[in-house]
Amino acid sequence: MNITLKIWRQKNKQDKGKFVTYKLDGVSTEMTFLEMLDYLNEKLIKEDADPVAFDSDCREGICGMCGLYINGRPNGPEKGVTTCQLSMSVFKDGKKITVEPWRSKAFPVIKDLVVDRSTFDKLIQVGGYISANTGAAPEANSIPIKKEDVDRAFDSGICIGCGTCVAACKNASAMLFVSAKISQLSLLPQGRVEAKERVQAMVLKMDELGFGNCTNTGACEAECPKEISLSNIARMNREFYKAKIS
Amino acid sequence: MRRFFGSSVTKKLVMALAGLFLITFLIVHLTINLFLLSDDPDPFNKAAHFMASNPLIKIFEVVLMGGFLIHIICGVILQIQNWMARPKRYKVTYPSQTSFFSKYMIYLGIIILIFLFLHFMNFFFIKLGWVEGDHENFYGIAHDLFHMPQYLVIYLFSFLILAFHLNHAFQSAFQTLGLNHAKYTPVIKGIGLVYSIVVPVGYSIIPIVIYFFK
Amino acid sequence: MTKLDAKIPEGPLAEKWTKYEASVNLVNPANKKNLDIIVVGAGAAGASAAASLAELGYNVKVYVFQDSSRRAHSIASQGGINATKNYKNDADSDYRLFYDMIKGGDFRAREANVYRAAEISNNIIDQFVAQGVPFAREYSGYLANRSFGGVQVSRTFYAQGQTGQQCTLAAYQALSRQIHAGKVEMFSRRDMLDLVVIDGKARGIITRNLITGEIERHSAHAVVLATGGFGTIYYLSTLAINSNGSAALAAYKKGAFLANPSLAQIHPTCIPVLNDYQSKLTLMSESLRNDGRVWVPKEKGDKRPANEIPEEERDYYLERKYPAFGNLVPRDVASRAAKERCDAGYGVGDTGLAVYLDFKDAIKNQGYDTIKAKYGTLFGLYLKVTGINPYEEPMRIYPASHYTMGGLWVDYNLMTTIAGLYAIGEANFSDHGANRLGASSLMQCSGDGYFILPVTIGDYLADQIKVPKISTDTPEFEKAEKAVKEKLNKLLSVKGTQTPTSFHKRLGHILWTYSGMKRNEKGLKKALKLVNELKEEFWKDVKLSGGLNELNHELEKAGRVADFFELASLIITDALNRKESCGAHFREEYQTEEGEAERDDKNYSYVAAWEYTGEMSNPKLHKEELVFEFVKPTKRSYK
Repeated sequence: MNITLKIWRQKNKQDKGKFVTYKLDGVSTEMTFLEMLDYLNEKLIKEDADPVAFDSDCREGICGMCGLYINGRPNGPEKGVTTCQLSMSVFKDGKKITVEPWRSKAFPVIKDLVVDRSTFDKLIQVGGYISANTGAAPEANSIPIKKEDVDRAFDSGICIGCGTCVAACKNASAMLFVSAKISQLSLLPQGRVEAKERVQAMVLKMDELGFGNCTNTGACEAECPKEISLSNIARMNREFYKAKIS
Repeated sequence: MRRFFGSSVTKKLVMALAGLFLITFLIVHLTINLFLLSDDPDPFNKAAHFMASNPLIKIFEVVLMGGFLIHIICGVILQIQNWMARPKRYKVTYPSQTSFFSKYMIYLGIIILIFLFLHFMNFFFIKLGWVEGDHENFYGIAHDLFHMPQYLVIYLFSFLILAFHLNHAFQSAFQTLGLNHAKYTPVIKGIGLVYSIVVPVGYSIIPIVIYFFK
Repeated sequence: MTKLDAKIPEGPLAEKWTKYEASVNLVNPANKKNLDIIVVGAGAAGASAAASLAELGYNVKVYVFQDSSRRAHSIASQGGINATKNYKNDADSDYRLFYDMIKGGDFRAREANVYRAAEISNNIIDQFVAQGVPFAREYSGYLANRSFGGVQVSRTFYAQGQTGQQCTLAAYQALSRQIHAGKVEMFSRRDMLDLVVIDGKARGIITRNLITGEIERHSAHAVVLATGGFGTIYYLSTLAINSNGSAALAAYKKGAFLANPSLAQIHPTCIPVLNDYQSKLTLMSESLRNDGRVWVPKEKGDKRPANEIPEEERDYYLERKYPAFGNLVPRDVASRAAKERCDAGYGVGDTGLAVYLDFKDAIKNQGYDTIKAKYGTLFGLYLKVTGINPYEEPMRIYPASHYTMGGLWVDYNLMTTIAGLYAIGEANFSDHGANRLGASSLMQCSGDGYFILPVTIGDYLADQIKVPKISTDTPEFEKAEKAVKEKLNKLLSVKGTQTPTSFHKRLGHILWTYSGMKRNEKGLKKALKLVNELKEEFWKDVKLSGGLNELNHELEKAGRVADFFELASLIITDALNRKESCGAHFREEYQTEEGEAERDDKNYSYVAAWEYTGEMSNPKLHKEELVFEFVKPTKRSYK
């Protein structure tokens, strides 16, 4: 099939950037979206043009490295997929596809569709962990944990840190990301010990890094490739109040 | 600024609490308004007089104004921060499955604020003596206003907007308070939906009845 | 000829590590803060090592090519992690895990290392649980287990199909904590392009800043490579597309021996190649073989839809050939059996290069909900990639390049043949012999990182405490930097007609065809010739875009592909040298009458460690004889 791509091109952080349109023939519906971009790039290189820079690594939806804003939606029109899992079969022949990078003050563009998400690392660094030094752990079964709690912790813990939530949110808020980690750890008895410090430090950092605020819109939940629930944000709020009161 | 207003979560909490407070007040106000449907102006005027003179209510009035102010200030600060969080907008956007009105809360809020100012000019400021008017007969003022078609339209439009605002606000406040539960959240959402319809409809029925039947 | 000394401690197997720990040289806490350690790569091995070293007080510098260490491909490990907790009361023990691994590896691993891996496996589970890994639990609140291939006990701990993700994130978080504490300096989006050796000791690395293109020098008292495997050399693999062998190759060229490079695991349960554009293959966890049954039609070329083929016309070939282990035979056996059936014309799907993995019976016996709880994420993933719903139709699977058992040669201390250069996790050759058992990779990576390296590195650093900060202003750094720049400029200056990716594809094809699941001398020799020709063509005709001083994915790719050529030659040389079949290495000339691998313990019971001797000369073979003191190598049978 033939498609028309309108892709954001930006040389570097300082460059103002612009959209460039590419007509691409011979696209197969069997390609994934990123394989389609690979195909475009192979073509561009042969034409002595600059290929489109985009991030990707595992290409199976788990590393969180990819992530593009496709036709107005993070990771395109399919639900519950990362960009690398998006299939070209969802697009119609002759269709125009607009591709933009994640846009947020906290995720500056590095080049073309590549953004800097190191702010997510900074959030984890201030408290997204349990401070158990190597060697200090007791026997694994010494603290039984309710299956239900562990399952919920897992559901929050599967966040891949791709930044879709920030990209989708009209306020570029990172609350789903932050709350997923806070939830995972605060649901486990091991993580309760530092729950108070963790939630305060992470919320403070989140504000400091220039992410927006949550307006309970739910775009993050709707677009999250791992379908992480908005209830995590409520839990984070609860944890935050608890920490402030006690 | 952060030190003063606290973290984003705190601001949200204050916003939600003030909002919930205003939501409750809407019912009180509606109850009083229903007296307008009576042919006898006395009950409404008495209620209005009571509201104007009772010292407890006076205190409550300050609290209420505070509630409005806090709700508005927090809302504006949060909104400005939200705009700043995405300096460069997307070229193409597609509405994802979300709480629809949440995206327009600030605009809905501004319209409500404008109506509120009009409303204050007609009633509250008269009561305070800032604006000239007959503060013994609010019943009369209300009935006069509701017989003006242009006022009626503005009034109805404002409550439609309020309905939209409430539609998101109610459930959102609970989420902000941290009250989200697989079982109860749908119930809260249901109550919120009913509330956001019933209360504005209740307010709107009064002027319609007055315009057409009284 | 250098004699390879594995430095295995004396004493009974079960006491070696304890004794070692008791007698190892230590660095006093006050001195640790004066010692710098570079860790390259931060997956399960690198992140856990960096965090643990920082906790001990060393100054650690970590380098990853992704934007964050949370992206490392350990994150994609699915099925689980082994430990000998014996929670199931099924007679598991350190010795049994040790024995399973030695046997699973077809008696080509070092006893002492493997025993140690088994011995510390329980500590790893304890550590991960303490760090918040939500391993699956029973309703009692205690940890759950499942089974994996090649073993007869249930010792695998898991978090649905995302065990690797949960463990890697726990290590990532521990690392993040140390970054916050100021004990670790993180360098993301950095490619390690060379190793710097001064007076025979590893003292630093040369990196390229992938955003600015700047070539940087970094120094330390010791360097740890946790750079994973190079299965991407086959082009299509289950690995992340950027995984590569460049760090290993750089170390090899600076004097570290590369061991058993031809021992590469082809994983039996992957989603088959769907089309020519495909950039990677998706793994379907081995845990699926707990409940899924593998079959092909009994009739050649039977093109009926799977569900229309009646029970009696299905050949459950693994259950037929290996009744004792059935569908849970080790990976090498399962992969070869699949290839054998497909080559014989029984394969399914359009290409005929697939077999069925069927959950019909499991769903019937255990119920939809149970199967969903066990494999929900994997089934969802399969559905996403193929559009086929595995709850209703059997999955189609085929083997794909997955893991490299081979890697940098290390001694018991995990030190390579270069003093002060360590290799941990998949980057070393250590524990898996000729075939890795499922759920033992996460175990080995985290074991190396959390518990082994932090102890063994002290033994080396103990006599480095007087060495001041290493200067990067030395001729060795100068020379290494110059060489790196020359290579990059050379790549940019070719200005040919073919892209790096197209070369990579062709290289992968050669290796897959001649040096994949089955190998023979004639094919290997042909492959060696083809690889050399392709390499020459590459350096004459590769086409890149962009420049040196900017984000340039093509340049990164080209550098990696250039290195793959050299690794490919080494893989083939090693495969040619090993005139026996063992584990994943199947030489068609050496098989039993039933078509099973035939080992030659008399002549090949050694680790083949290759030494770089220069651009123009052949690599030199060093043999580390494997001494089996505690188990007797037997014919590996899963019948």
